[in-house]
Amino acid sequence: MTSIGTGYDLSNSVFSPDGRNFQVEYAVKAVENGGTAVGIRCKDGVVLAVEKIITSKLLKPGANKRISTVDRHLGVVSAGLAPDGRHFVSRARDEASSWRGVYKGPIPVSALANRLGSYVQAYTLYSSVRPFGVTSIVGGWDSEAELAVDGQVGSGPQSGSGGKVKGAKSGGPGLYMIEPSGLYWGYYGAATGKGRQAAKAELEKLDLASEKLSLQDAVKEAARIIYVAHEDNKDKEFELEMSWISSLDGPTKGKHEEVPKELLEEAERAAKRALEGDDEDEDEGVKGTGNEGERMEE
Amino acid sequence: MVGHGGLTGMLGEDGIHVDMNHLKSGEVNLGTSIMAINFKDGVILGADSRTTTGAYIANRVTDKLTQVHDTIWCCRSGSAADTQAVADIVSYHLNMYSIVNNEAPSTQVAAALFQELCYENKDMLSAGIIIAGYDPRHGGQVYSIPLGGSLHKQSYSIGGSGSTYIYGYCDANWKENMTEEEGIQFVRGALREAIKWDGSSGGVIRLVVLTADGAQRHLYLPDNGYAGPGATK
Repeated sequence: MTSIGTGYDLSNSVFSPDGRNFQVEYAVKAVENGGTAVGIRCKDGVVLAVEKIITSKLLKPGANKRISTVDRHLGVVSAGLAPDGRHFVSRARDEASSWRGVYKGPIPVSALANRLGSYVQAYTLYSSVRPFGVTSIVGGWDSEAELAVDGQVGSGPQSGSGGKVKGAKSGGPGLYMIEPSGLYWGYYGAATGKGRQAAKAELEKLDLASEKLSLQDAVKEAARIIYVAHEDNKDKEFELEMSWISSLDGPTKGKHEEVPKELLEEAERAAKRALEGDDEDEDEGVKGTGNEGERMEE
Repeated sequence: MVGHGGLTGMLGEDGIHVDMNHLKSGEVNLGTSIMAINFKDGVILGADSRTTTGAYIANRVTDKLTQVHDTIWCCRSGSAADTQAVADIVSYHLNMYSIVNNEAPSTQVAAALFQELCYENKDMLSAGIIIAGYDPRHGGQVYSIPLGGSLHKQSYSIGGSGSTYIYGYCDANWKENMTEEEGIQFVRGALREAIKWDGSSGGVIRLVVLTADGAQRHLYLPDNGYAGPGATK
């Protein structure tokens, strides 16, 4: 036992005396090494973005997607162990499909996050399994339109249903982040993976709670934030992958889709420009302070 | 078996002859007149109150309007046991739904649950159900699930053996966006005709009005030609 520490980190389902589950904490470490992933929720949609580190020149650019569609209106991106992420997505699809089977309609983003949270948490309870090595960001759009029951025939009165409350708020964007412990919260802006600290700092500057940022601008911000978060990992090349879900009258009509190539490239150009600007400012400010040496250390 | 919900039983092997004896002997049947309509502020459900076992009236003051959630109700026709069981199951699921999702279920959710049960168990069930509900987002909605388990959204729906007699009445008198008073008159007038002509419908007329204000029951007695008493708490 001495050569392997206290022994409290060897199994799930065993607490250390001070109330920690080390296996979950090690899973968080796995996440912290993954490519940065961010999600931005704005009034008219949600953007997901991920930094994919290129591990080999032989990988085909644009292949090997890391953002997945779970249902028409739902997308998931994760940071950490890619295979765990894929299993997580598979479960999310099953949950979304099961909801459709029972309720004959799309699952709300909040309900999906709740079910996935419960699923991930179950992997912290048993000694026969290990926790998920991913933190996942779930983004989606709950339709603001009146939904029919899947398969129904007919549509009721021509003049519409009676007694509707005008302006009753319904539907809208949803963004949740689920951690290896099963913990999940709803966010305006979420970030995970290696560059999460830098990304979070940038997200906080956006004042997302005021809901003033448009979806189009959020796409550019998401790209920029991934580029900013990559600054500390500059020696490795990366590829940016982005997806979005807009309101029904927006560009994706409530569906989860890849951000179109032109917009993605435009966002990348803007991100690079913003970074170059920053670098110049920094270079001027930093000159002669000896900080360059510090940056070289890693 | 006289008038079983105005709906036929299963077809025989030759595909022509209808099995009219699909109820177990002595099974309680809702030879029925039921309906639900959309109006300006929501929905109104209505039903007669007769339950029969063959020719015998097992209950003359039955309540065929069953609550499955705060403002989602259903009208039951067919086997009393089957429809009660289905309504109980749906009621349970809607209850769970509102707890788990921290939000009242929409009428669509209720209709979906009813349909799943009625379709998947169609061989065992004899149930013709009308679902009517109100929620602030969608307003009042009426769904009908006839014997095979299909789902129909309608502006108004009539069902049960008595309904066959009032297709003409309803078509002639129906109009969209009626006031509550007009809606009540329409439902009460239609059910009065259904009861008059259908031998297996009768007793009192029960109504439920579903609006933003919640559910309100009405009761009309045969003693005075179904003129009153009217709204009850």
